[in-house]
Amino acid sequence: MEFLTGSVFFGLLLSIAAYELGMTLKKKTGLGILNPLLIAVAAVIAVLALTGIDFETYESGAQYLSYMLTPATVCLAIPLYEKLELLKHDFKAIMAGIVSGVLTSVVCVLAMSAVFALEHEQYVTLLPKSITTAIGVGVSEELGGIVSITAAVIVITGILGNVIGEATLKIFKITDPVAKGIALGSSAHAIGTTKAMELGETEGAMSSLSIAVSGVLTVIAASVFAQFY
Amino acid sequence: MRYVKQFTIILFVSFLGEIIHYFVPLPVPASIYGLIIMLAALSSGLVKTASVYEAGRFLIDIMPLTFIPAAAGLINVWAELKPVLLPFAVITFVSTVAVMGVSGKVTQLVLKHGKKTGK
Repeated sequence: MEFLTGSVFFGLLLSIAAYELGMTLKKKTGLGILNPLLIAVAAVIAVLALTGIDFETYESGAQYLSYMLTPATVCLAIPLYEKLELLKHDFKAIMAGIVSGVLTSVVCVLAMSAVFALEHEQYVTLLPKSITTAIGVGVSEELGGIVSITAAVIVITGILGNVIGEATLKIFKITDPVAKGIALGSSAHAIGTTKAMELGETEGAMSSLSIAVSGVLTVIAASVFAQFY
Repeated sequence: MRYVKQFTIILFVSFLGEIIHYFVPLPVPASIYGLIIMLAALSSGLVKTASVYEAGRFLIDIMPLTFIPAAAGLINVWAELKPVLLPFAVITFVSTVAVMGVSGKVTQLVLKHGKKTGK
C-alpha cells in the first residue's frame, strides 16, 4: 500500500476516477439521484474507509483540486459578463428574486437553528448552505463554522435541489424561464445550474448568474445574520 | 501558448483577490474579490473575453470536482455531525425547497408586473 499512497497522484486520481464513475452511472441509468458528485464523494469515502488509508494521505494529492476553487470562482465572472445585457433588461425582477432567495435562506436557517437549539458554531456552519462551495466554504471559515460540514451540506443541498428541482418548480407554478433559472441557482448553486442547463439556455444563464450574485449577497447577509444567534 | 496567457491572467486576478483579502478586514473570501476584479476588468475592456475564455470554461467545467476533497473531509467530522444529523437534514431540506419556491415566485411576479405596466 505504501508505494500506492506515497504518490501525490493517488488522491487526485481517486477523486477524478470517482467522478468519472459517477458520470458513467448517471449516463447509463439516467437517474437524477445518481448525481456524479454524490457518487464521487461516496466512492472516495468508501475507498478510504475500506482500505484504511487515512484522509491526510488522500488529501496530500486531492488538495490540488481544492486549489482550483478560487480561480474557478473568479471565472464565474465570464458568463456573468456575457449575460450582462439580459441582467440589465430584467434587472428588477432578477434582483428581487435573488435577494428574496438569500433572505429566505438565512431566515430559514436562523429560525430552524433556534427551534433545534443548535450551537453558534453549527448555526454559522449552515448559514452559507445555499451558495456555491467556493464562496460558502470561505464564508463558513470566516464566521468560525466547521468548513468540512459546510462543504458537505452545500453539496447535499445542491444534489437535493437538482433532484427535486423540476417537481418543486411545478408545485410552486414557476413557469417563466428566467424565474426557473433564478430559483435553481439561488437554492442549489452550481449543481442546481446543471439542472437549469438541461431545462434551457435562458434557465442556465440565469442560474449561473444567481450563483455569483447570491454568493456575493450571502457573504454580506451571513456576516450580518451571524450576529443574531 | 494561449492557455499559458489565459491561466496567467486568471491566476493573477486570483492572487490580487488574495492580497485584498489579506489587507481588508471583512469576511469576504479572496475568490469574491477576484470575481469582482475579473468582472470589472472584462467590463472596462482591460481584459478581453477571448483572453480568458477557454481556460475559464475549463475551470468552470471542473468546478464540481473541486468540491470532492472538502466533501470527503466529512469522514473526519462524522463524529461531530452524527448527533445533529436530524436537525441538519430537516433544515437543509426545508430551506432548499423554501428558497427555490420564494426566489422563483418573486422573480416571476415582478416580471409579470413589469409586463402589465407596459415596461
